[in-house]
Amino acid sequence: MRYAMAVDTKKCVGCSDCVVACQIENNVPHGYAREWVVELVDGSYPNLELEIRSERCNHCENAPCVRCCPTGASHIVEGGIVLVEHNKCIGCGACIASCPYDARYSHPKGYVDKCTFCEHRIKDGESPACVAVCPTKCLYFGDLDDPRSDVSRVIKNRKYKTLIPEAGTRPQIFFLT
Amino acid sequence: MANRREFIKIAGLGLGGLALSNPAMRALTNTFLEQDSNLLTGGLARTPTYCEICFWKCAGWVSKDSDGKIWKITGNDEDQHSNGRFCPRGTGGVGMYYDEDRLKTPLIRTEERGKQVFREASWDEALDYIADKMKSIGEEYGRECTALLTHGSGGKYLGTLLKAYGSNSIAAPSYAQCRGPREVAFHMTFGEGVQSPERTDIRDTSCLVLIGSHIGENMHNGQVQELSDAIDKGASVITVDPRYSTVASKSKYWLPIKPATDLALLLAWIHVLIYEGWYDKEYVEKYTYGFEYLKTHVKNMTPEWAYGITTIEPDIIRRSAREMAEASPSVIVHPGRHVTWYGDDTQRERAIAILNALLGSWGRRGGFYMPESVEIPDWPHPPYPEIKRSWKDAFPDQFNLAYETLASGICDATIPTISKACNFKTWIVNGTNLLKTIPDQSKVIEAINALELLVVIDTMPMEITGWADVVLPECTYLERYDSIRNSPHRKPAIAIRMPASEPLYDSKPAYWIAKELSKKLGLEDYFSWGSIEEMLDWQLKQVGSSLEEMKRIGVKTFDRSYPDLYFRDGENIEFFTNTGKIELYSTALASEGFDPMPVYTPHPEPPEGFYRLIYGRAPSHTFSRTSNNVNLLDIMEENVVWVNPRIASLWLLKNGQEVYLENQDGIRSTFPVKVRVTERIRWDSVYIVHGFGHDNKKLSRAYGKGASDAELITNVMMDPIMGGTGMRGNFVTFKFEPAKKEVAS
Amino acid sequence: MREELIVSGRMNPNIDPALHIWHWQIPLYLFLGGLAAGILFFAALYTILGKGEKFKGAVQYAPFIAPVALVLGLLALFLDLKHQAYFWRLYTTIRLQSPMSWGAWVLMAITPLSFIWAALNIRVIFPNWDWKFKWLKDFEAFCRKNIIPISWLILVLSVILGIYTGILFSAFNARPLWNTSILGPLFLTSGLSTGAAMIIIFSKSHEERILFSKIDLVLIIVELFFITHMFMGFLASTQVQIDAASLFLGGPYTAQFWVFVVLLGLLIPAFLEALELVKFKIPALVPATLVLFGGIMLRFIIANAGQVSRWLY
Repeated sequence: MRYAMAVDTKKCVGCSDCVVACQIENNVPHGYAREWVVELVDGSYPNLELEIRSERCNHCENAPCVRCCPTGASHIVEGGIVLVEHNKCIGCGACIASCPYDARYSHPKGYVDKCTFCEHRIKDGESPACVAVCPTKCLYFGDLDDPRSDVSRVIKNRKYKTLIPEAGTRPQIFFLT
Repeated sequence: MANRREFIKIAGLGLGGLALSNPAMRALTNTFLEQDSNLLTGGLARTPTYCEICFWKCAGWVSKDSDGKIWKITGNDEDQHSNGRFCPRGTGGVGMYYDEDRLKTPLIRTEERGKQVFREASWDEALDYIADKMKSIGEEYGRECTALLTHGSGGKYLGTLLKAYGSNSIAAPSYAQCRGPREVAFHMTFGEGVQSPERTDIRDTSCLVLIGSHIGENMHNGQVQELSDAIDKGASVITVDPRYSTVASKSKYWLPIKPATDLALLLAWIHVLIYEGWYDKEYVEKYTYGFEYLKTHVKNMTPEWAYGITTIEPDIIRRSAREMAEASPSVIVHPGRHVTWYGDDTQRERAIAILNALLGSWGRRGGFYMPESVEIPDWPHPPYPEIKRSWKDAFPDQFNLAYETLASGICDATIPTISKACNFKTWIVNGTNLLKTIPDQSKVIEAINALELLVVIDTMPMEITGWADVVLPECTYLERYDSIRNSPHRKPAIAIRMPASEPLYDSKPAYWIAKELSKKLGLEDYFSWGSIEEMLDWQLKQVGSSLEEMKRIGVKTFDRSYPDLYFRDGENIEFFTNTGKIELYSTALASEGFDPMPVYTPHPEPPEGFYRLIYGRAPSHTFSRTSNNVNLLDIMEENVVWVNPRIASLWLLKNGQEVYLENQDGIRSTFPVKVRVTERIRWDSVYIVHGFGHDNKKLSRAYGKGASDAELITNVMMDPIMGGTGMRGNFVTFKFEPAKKEVAS
Repeated sequence: MREELIVSGRMNPNIDPALHIWHWQIPLYLFLGGLAAGILFFAALYTILGKGEKFKGAVQYAPFIAPVALVLGLLALFLDLKHQAYFWRLYTTIRLQSPMSWGAWVLMAITPLSFIWAALNIRVIFPNWDWKFKWLKDFEAFCRKNIIPISWLILVLSVILGIYTGILFSAFNARPLWNTSILGPLFLTSGLSTGAAMIIIFSKSHEERILFSKIDLVLIIVELFFITHMFMGFLASTQVQIDAASLFLGGPYTAQFWVFVVLLGLLIPAFLEALELVKFKIPALVPATLVLFGGIMLRFIIANAGQVSRWLY
């Protein structure tokens, strides 16, 4: 079972609904964000291109944050979700420094926090908060090992890319272009 | 309202600890103990509501956490407006509820207007003050000199009160300041307006043409969702915009048009469709009037002619026209929403309506559908008193074609001059921050100063509250009942709003305010229901539902009474126009002395060193309504001014640098705004998002953030047909210090 | 023109606009740890070589600094933690892929050893020290008997201590400035160099000072070699590394690095030590202090600049 997410950049309008919903669902403290939206503009007026991406932790297969954690607080659970066990985290910050996507942050309570793929929701068969709320339905979530899941179907038919593949992290968020 | 809750910040820190300490929670969530949070799927209880952050009124559910506190708002899957997904502002609506800067008690002004010095008062005292003043003003000047300016759901009850009191001057700024021109233009052409939500069949269209509309940045939930569906189905989008908007980047054709020249492009398109024979001949033959006039009218309006005006190449004009024609009738030339730009907006919207008629999209799948709504009877009340004067009497022979009341008209009619027949003396303002809404702030302030009574009913201390005589705190939509939503859509549907919690502080719902005020004015017969639940239940029972049912389901959709969502082939249809047909040549406009078919007129261009001020929306905010909302401020805290790199290098501006904007009338923005150097904006314009630059210190988070475009819009281009206030004729330059404060003489 | 920016307002404290999760505590620890590693290395080395009596500074005097440095370093590390109540979790597991885990365990091993070493030499400060309890006296005798194996243990552990912080940083490929395998040897060499400088300060014999000046000179040359190759490597690498190197070649850290670390911390002490070798009279304290200063500045600058370097946005 390998959970993954696909983001259709052709439909994403950058409304940041995913960010707001995540913050409310997961009680993310104000001033912190587990998700964010990136705008990439290229060219010169009027020959322009714009790509909008909704980003979060990539739950990498070869996660540097899990490798470098000295206590094992950063761990991978079934489905490939990278989680942080709060009571094992000492707040050393190594995982934060090791993430090339800068997806982690230091929670005011002391432990390190980041996107959890809304593990508490997918346990009950719901989709993560961001996927459920997106008005353009540009976020797809599911099990890559299941050919009928939303993610598998959509990456089969479309061109996609991942972020900084050369960092060797094997991220599990696919951006459909 | 005895149960006033002690209220803590939603930082989430306290919630987690509380969740752990509750033994019942522990039993339920053993596996979550280590995770120190209150994450429960679906919440423990949910109540139905419809959102009030913007006018789209998406229906949804308010979920509470294990402590019974409002936690999150999610969409109602049955709702046609939202399809179960709320936009970022709706999702962030909890921030409005928990905002500590909210108005908490009624306030009565103690010093002169604008000084913002108030004293707290009880509801009784405040309502007595208002009632006494209304009675005395009514005796002295006549009751018609009271106006209600509203953009909130509470307007329904306050409107009933006003009509019972003896005035029908009820206006929403969204008419003359926003969508008015398109409503009039479409009325002239098709006999019906575009309505709200827009009756555009985007999800089934093959080609969507946007004239300046920035769907995706303007977050009309249903429109954005349907745009996404259309993209999935391979629809093409044509965007006409001087700025590379989000939707422009998703378009097959982006026409980077010179600002203020859209009408020339539209006329050239009409020319191409007619002279190439690409229009829907059957449809035009059967349903329209005035085709030959139109053909003659656009004879010389070729793409080459338009090229010289718009800078769009003739080849592109033809190819995009062809794209539209090939999609016909599943094509939408979108009428837009905020269309008060240059004063000839009704004519521009007429051109859009004519294009749609030529393409045969009105009443066809993928074009414009025929919406239907549920008729909800009013609670029985005595007949309203006869109105002898209305706002229109202040403008004799003007604006005969305006079907709704102009907020700016009321504003103008409040400023005393010799010629005005009706001067308004009282304004009741609900849910609209007039100072940032009606352009030319100095005029609005002049009007306010001429009032004898200004009552503001709002949830937040917006700028307008600073000028009020009495401020009444309304509770947010999460704390109250409101009228049943019966907006028109593909299928008629109703939605209810139920309070998810008791009103915080000493705030009250609008229906309560209206009812209590009616008692003090002796008009309680118009509010003869016992409780609001009784009233809503009675209304719901009249349409085949009940309050109990609606509490369970939130939204109820009915079948259409007639299967007339689209025209049927060959059907004979009578349109509500003078000729009974779709008027390409508008007889109504002709009879009022206006051009029956649109004529292009050039508009003033920015002088040297100045740039046209273009403003727009951000998907995470609704104008100034959300500027203090902590959830949404995390997304966007302030606006920035977009400057083309060529201009930035001319002025030596760097990314993130703060500048002041000064307009052609010498008005400088109160606060500085940061620069974003980007290729996405033309070199003759700058762009900022509307709704920032608050100068009311009581909005602790919004104060001083970004610049206000509203204060820079002092040149108003009035639309002679319906009184719309064109706002895009303002030009700004860059300054690097704040304006010197003049010593008051 | 190309713009790539976050538009949803993300401004995570200490992450945006540039990473800054490690403040003064970490570079301070790196310096103290490297210093202790250097001192203990030389102490152990010269004990093994049997020159303990000849080089008292190295073997007896300077090692008093080691436990102090280690304790202060550990305190700094503890203060840096943000979830301090759970620090003991470090010692419930050993994770071979995490250099921080090695570090935790190495420190756990070497700190008591450094205390033991200092305790063995306590009569340098308190000549009439009496351990009083029999088990302590027995323990002392045991240690003295097995001083060679203990020295080997300390030798190995001090090398690991000196090098692991560099390996820890270089394992973060997310921070392009650190992602060079030269960083480990560089930190080790710097640690040894600061250790040698400390020994020079504490030394009472001229011969010892000369020897350690020579050692320090060689170490400085090696460090300069490493730094040169580090930059050559960055500039010949991918764009993110070139951007990282430019922080020191015209960027905000240029002056600090080349003046404080290279000029004051390496070149001038090397020059002074070379002068001393050709029999000019230079007060030994001067180059030694400069080396220590250079060592601490190197740690601070690399720690801060490394956090600023990133892949995205």
